[in-house]
Amino acid sequence: MEERMTSERTVAGFGRSLKTEEMVLSMGPQHPSTHGVLRLELVVDGEIVVDVIPHLGYLHRCFEKHCEHMTSYQQVIPYADRMDYVAAMSNEFGYVVAMEKLLKIKVPERVEYIRVIMAEFSRIVSHLIAVGTYGMDIGAVTPFLFCMRDRERVLDIFEQTCGARLLYNYMWIGGLSHDVQPNFAEKVRSFCTYFRPKLKELNDLLSYNKIFIDRTANVGVLPADVALNYAVSGPTLRGSGVRWDVRKNDPYSIYPTLDFEIPVGTGAMGTVGDCWDRYMVRVKEMEQSVNILEQAIEKLPPGDVQAALPKRIRPDAGDLYVRTETPKGELGYYLVSDGTASPFRVKVKSPCFVNLSALPAMARGSMIADVVAILGSIDIVLGEVDR
Amino acid sequence: MGTYFGNIWRGIVTILIGMGVTWRHLFTPAVTIQYPDVKVKLPERARNRLYVNMDDCIGCDQCSMACPVDCITIETVKSTPDVDLGLTSVGTKKRLYVTQFDIDIAKCCYCGLCVPPCPTECIVMTDVYEFSEFDRNNLIYNFATMMPHDVEAARTRLAAYEKDQAAKKAAAAKPAAAPSAPAVSEPPKKTPPASDNKV
Amino acid sequence: MKEVLLGALHNDILAYVLMALVPLAWVVPFALFAVWWERKISAHMQDRLGPMRTGGWHGWAQTVADILKLIQKEDIIPAAADRKLFILAPYLVFAGSYAAYAAIPFSAAFVGSELNIGLFYIVSISALVVVGLLMAGWASNNKWSLFGAMRSAAQIISYEIPVALCLLAAVMVTGTFDMQQINQMQEGGIFHWLVFQKFPFLFLAMIMYFIGSLAEVNRTPFDIPEAESELVAGYHTEYGGMRFALLFLSEYANMFVVAAIASTLFLGGWTSPFGDFLSGPWWGVFWFLSKGMLIVFVQMWLRWTLPRLRVDQLMEVGWKVLIPFSFVVVLGVGFWVMAVR
Repeated sequence: MEERMTSERTVAGFGRSLKTEEMVLSMGPQHPSTHGVLRLELVVDGEIVVDVIPHLGYLHRCFEKHCEHMTSYQQVIPYADRMDYVAAMSNEFGYVVAMEKLLKIKVPERVEYIRVIMAEFSRIVSHLIAVGTYGMDIGAVTPFLFCMRDRERVLDIFEQTCGARLLYNYMWIGGLSHDVQPNFAEKVRSFCTYFRPKLKELNDLLSYNKIFIDRTANVGVLPADVALNYAVSGPTLRGSGVRWDVRKNDPYSIYPTLDFEIPVGTGAMGTVGDCWDRYMVRVKEMEQSVNILEQAIEKLPPGDVQAALPKRIRPDAGDLYVRTETPKGELGYYLVSDGTASPFRVKVKSPCFVNLSALPAMARGSMIADVVAILGSIDIVLGEVDR
Repeated sequence: MGTYFGNIWRGIVTILIGMGVTWRHLFTPAVTIQYPDVKVKLPERARNRLYVNMDDCIGCDQCSMACPVDCITIETVKSTPDVDLGLTSVGTKKRLYVTQFDIDIAKCCYCGLCVPPCPTECIVMTDVYEFSEFDRNNLIYNFATMMPHDVEAARTRLAAYEKDQAAKKAAAAKPAAAPSAPAVSEPPKKTPPASDNKV
Repeated sequence: MKEVLLGALHNDILAYVLMALVPLAWVVPFALFAVWWERKISAHMQDRLGPMRTGGWHGWAQTVADILKLIQKEDIIPAAADRKLFILAPYLVFAGSYAAYAAIPFSAAFVGSELNIGLFYIVSISALVVVGLLMAGWASNNKWSLFGAMRSAAQIISYEIPVALCLLAAVMVTGTFDMQQINQMQEGGIFHWLVFQKFPFLFLAMIMYFIGSLAEVNRTPFDIPEAESELVAGYHTEYGGMRFALLFLSEYANMFVVAAIASTLFLGGWTSPFGDFLSGPWWGVFWFLSKGMLIVFVQMWLRWTLPRLRVDQLMEVGWKVLIPFSFVVVLGVGFWVMAVR
């Protein structure tokens, strides 16, 4: 698709017009910084981007169609893991919350606390990748390695609890697959003490670095009203100054009992809603997640995590939509049941898909180097965009 | 004017702070381990390659039904009452010959959903993660321990037993009709082996 | 050294050719070493280990293995590429960086060519690199390479100005362009080094020269022409095998050239920091090479700490920050020199 778009421009001092052409540049699907297989068609005029057209579908794996052929609702969970493979626990959390509402099951409190702990670990892990790869896109390679090193500590905890590092199949409908190990509380606390200084180091190295600020402040500004019109959610929305978090505005599980803040972009380094704000919201959210972890591990009650596992998962016919706050934004599951043990329809509203749709609005008029910065600040994972 | 000099100053200061961080990290120990000379010990719950202890398998098919990617293929043949397949380690009586138990470990997604439904806990996820092969077909693991002629023999025995049962049923329904049918003589029955039925 | 060779060989041309090849004996091993060193430094800064296996002790033979691999690779030239320019470009880039070694004194006894306009020659011949880069980017027939080449040309040309101005500040104090003489003027210990003269002007000049030189060699934070995450590999995307090895070699050669210029002009070159102690023709080589390596280390340190600047911000730093400050330095040094006289 190589249309030549010509435009006439009058160059000052020459008195005659200079014909220029706009070039169509294809960024991806194979590109070091598109965070997966995404094709961005850039229409550029020199270095200025005139339009951005994302082309998706390179990672479509028919998740929703697969679910219709499962013999049991339980089998959906390994597939749900693989949507946003970076924060797999959050996907599972959304699904089991939705299923338990459909089946009208109440899970033991211990299960709720452990699920929240795992979800907040998943938030930390996802934001570490987001922040690390963002630094790498901007050119600073070292913070990425630091983030990976910290991530390994969390993955070790996951591996000890459920046996897998990246894709867990841990949260089951009605409970969990395993109870946590006896030294879990100690490990969580030691992680919290280990991690806080690392956040400070990250801020020293990357967040307040003048060059990083120059690259990200006032770039890709997404005004609050535009963000709401595009239905973006998560840190992308909070970076624009809108204080909306499903954990506070439409709470689920035990979030109402926990004390944490919702960081919001304030335009500290540039304009409200620029890339730096979105990035900083993620860094501050990691800090808040550590607070939540410390509170939840104090309050963790004893109990049996498999007490409420249903013998047979056969929900009544009906449908419902449940949303949860994943690190990327608002993940929604729309479940339709026809009364049998096999799912009839599992539709996923993916936050990355919706956030990506706002990319053209943010990127028009910026430079090519900025497109990379803006894409990194939205933090997409193609597994979730394409499902 | 103030912002101009302020920017330059902030630029210099933040760059120096960043350089301090990386300088300090030159002297911190590395976190890398030198695989394959040094290997990490996996936790006890680690979910890696599957293993099936066929002595305990009763051929119930629960694992195969639980698998979300259909990587387990099981075929069974019913045993006849004259054969004793023994007990599993938990005391269940085995009633089925498991003639085929294939796991395509390349398809397996390592979710572990096959492990809890097993009544005898014979399918487990081990901590083996170094099992790459040069030929893709070697990734289909055949766990069944029956030789093809044993499978054939089991099938024949089952077919004969069922034919027997069907004939017996027909004969039981017949005595009300013709009392004498000398021409029809039943084929000689195979006498069962003289072993007692162990409980 | 020239006299030795001329006397031994009785053939002028052969002697001059051999003289020209002497710095190559440093440049090629240095490039091999510097790649390994960069990988190790970056690894330890990132809490990793870097190469550990090739050759045994901390993977010292890693670059050797890489060069051997690159040599035996298939030479792929894109079908629609401009063949002649594509093939010529790496040689031009290398020639531009290597030619500067002619005027750099490695020691009191060795300087390739005793030019009395040595510094002027170095600054001008390094500009040949821009031509090579532009050729590489254009001839690749790849939009991304073209972007990289255009950015690189704009960047290098813009940063020539503050670089030249800072060098000029040093020249104003020494009164000569001859590199060997500049070096000799700094003999006598660390406080005779130019960086501590006319304080703080020449100190500032050194800092600004260093920053400008980072832009000259396309190192972070000015590596937008090779921006790995945006342009894949910028102007050398389409190059593979030995051609890529040559471009890579010239990048490291260039790094050492600018480090060598900085050390010769500001840090005393081959003079010993202790004055007469530990000085001499062979010690001179040692001091010169160590100062060069120290500056190369700082270049690597900055690469792994800082993000990269966008191209317009890069130009802004060059034109709006470095050039005014270099003018201030030149004026300051000029007035000081005149006042002292």
